[in-house]
Amino acid sequence: MSAVTADQAMPRTPLARAAYGEKDLRSMGFLVVLWLCLAFGILVLAVLLVTTFLDGRERMDGELFTNYTSQIAPETAGARAAILGTAWVILTTALLAIPIGVAAASYLEEFASTRSRFARFVELNVQNLAAVPAIIYGMLAAAAAVAVGIPRNTVIAGGIALALLILPVVIVATREALRAVPQEIRQASLALGATPMQTLARQTLPAAVPGIATGTILALSRAMGEAAPLLLLGGLVFVKFDPNGFLSGFTTMPIQIFDWAARSQVEFQQLAAAASILLLVLVILLNGVAIIIRNKYATAR
Amino acid sequence: MKTKRFAASAAFALAGSLALTACGGQQADSGSAGSSGGDAALSGSIASDGSSTVGPLTSAAAELFMTENSGVNITVGTSGTGGGFKKFCEGQTQVSNASRPIKDEEKAACDAKGIEYQEIVVANDALTVVANKENAFLECLTTEELATLWGPDATGKVTKWNQVNPKFPAEDIKLYGPGTDSGTFDYFTDEINGEEGASRTDYEPSEDDNVIVQGVAGDQNALGYFGYTYFEENESTLKAIKIDSGDGCVAPSADTARDGSYTPLARPLFIYVDKKAFASNPALKAFISFYIENDAKVAEAAKYVSLSEDQKKTAQEELASLG
Repeated sequence: MSAVTADQAMPRTPLARAAYGEKDLRSMGFLVVLWLCLAFGILVLAVLLVTTFLDGRERMDGELFTNYTSQIAPETAGARAAILGTAWVILTTALLAIPIGVAAASYLEEFASTRSRFARFVELNVQNLAAVPAIIYGMLAAAAAVAVGIPRNTVIAGGIALALLILPVVIVATREALRAVPQEIRQASLALGATPMQTLARQTLPAAVPGIATGTILALSRAMGEAAPLLLLGGLVFVKFDPNGFLSGFTTMPIQIFDWAARSQVEFQQLAAAASILLLVLVILLNGVAIIIRNKYATAR
Repeated sequence: MKTKRFAASAAFALAGSLALTACGGQQADSGSAGSSGGDAALSGSIASDGSSTVGPLTSAAAELFMTENSGVNITVGTSGTGGGFKKFCEGQTQVSNASRPIKDEEKAACDAKGIEYQEIVVANDALTVVANKENAFLECLTTEELATLWGPDATGKVTKWNQVNPKFPAEDIKLYGPGTDSGTFDYFTDEINGEEGASRTDYEPSEDDNVIVQGVAGDQNALGYFGYTYFEENESTLKAIKIDSGDGCVAPSADTARDGSYTPLARPLFIYVDKKAFASNPALKAFISFYIENDAKVAEAAKYVSLSEDQKKTAQEELASLG
């Protein structure tokens, strides 16, 4: 007890309070180092955001949304084709990744025996695939497109590459969400005479939707910022029409930013900064939607 | 509670079906036209890919062309000269942008697929060797000095400026240059070191020329090289080094690049046109003719050096040989 009173008698600096009473010099030093690390991370992010914003603020205008890119008049060029291209590719990605990912996760979680070698093999692969560099998926999609005989730089090829990229994440998120559904719901459903498929479709999956939606949206927002696999597919940098189908050529915002940033003219670098801010806002919005969905269902439950 | 869940899954399904109904396929290389003249009746699409150096040039040509022919869709990718030829020889593009002539193995790939092509020079570039504006001793370098500085044997050995020329101070050398994937790197090493790809390895490589600009602008003893446009845009912080290939020092400029006196670093920029597509796609025919005839305007928009009289004549002959 005496030690505790001695502690309480100590002058309580914020540092000491934050360290939960640890007061010897080494732990204080460690705490300071941790804070410096945190400060460094935040500082770098702040500098990046502020400089990007300062570079791009002049071009944060309507033309950024309505105009196509332009070699002749970079001062009024915009990212219209890139914004629409991103929308198309991400929609294609979602259409491919969500059904396949949810189905695969349902099989692994609800039907496959944990003892089965096949299930364990698939599980191991899903975990390994999550760590594969993004560009490899670009190569895979390029090979697939050539094999099927469609041009590589099409919306569908881009969607396949990004869907492969996020598939492991979708599967893992869906499995977590399914695992969180109480076992009693399944048992009650089965006891009332529902088949396992009906149980999955009408009870388990709907109950897992918030978890699936959150994980999927976060995965999609990652895919949105991805340039490497699409560049490998030959993503275009000069498109002056709106994408109009799955076989249409496309450009996306990361590709367009990459191209603009490497140009010599200052106008293009300003454009790159403005488009970066736009992309950042879109990703934050998507993540915000994921958080809202999660919170909404958390309180409802 | 339950209805909410169904609403969420219904939203997913709805998003899916919406996207599906919006689907309408369009092939990338079909072309059709009412008349073969420059009338508004032209339509079709043209795909081009290749060098990121030539990309802005073809983009500028495409943009000027499309303001007059709104029915034609022209796309430009920048997979690099080699990546561009790969697609070109698979028949995926009709125009390939190149900052160097086609290589033998690329020719073989095109032959294997039965792709016939025509090479056309569309503009000039002057590879510019730059130093910091504050640098006092670098004004002119001979090609031998550049070879001493950039040769493969210099790696780890040539580290002070007085090793390049005894008149220079004993300051540390700091070098910036394009990465090995770049056509600019290929051209420079071929001309200066006598073998494509032969270069010292202890320099700061970057695929983004703006990084080279930043590097040289930030160090008084630094040196780098890239296309002339990047120098033009950064004349306030950089100075161009004159090159002496035996006939005195010559500064890079539009005139010296065009008349050939800026040697050996003035280089032509090419496009390669698919002969079969040219014959069957009136939009492609009109576009390439437009590209050559409006060369001066196109080069100006992309900030390159337009063709000389002789070069333009050659380009027109090459165009005529396409049919």
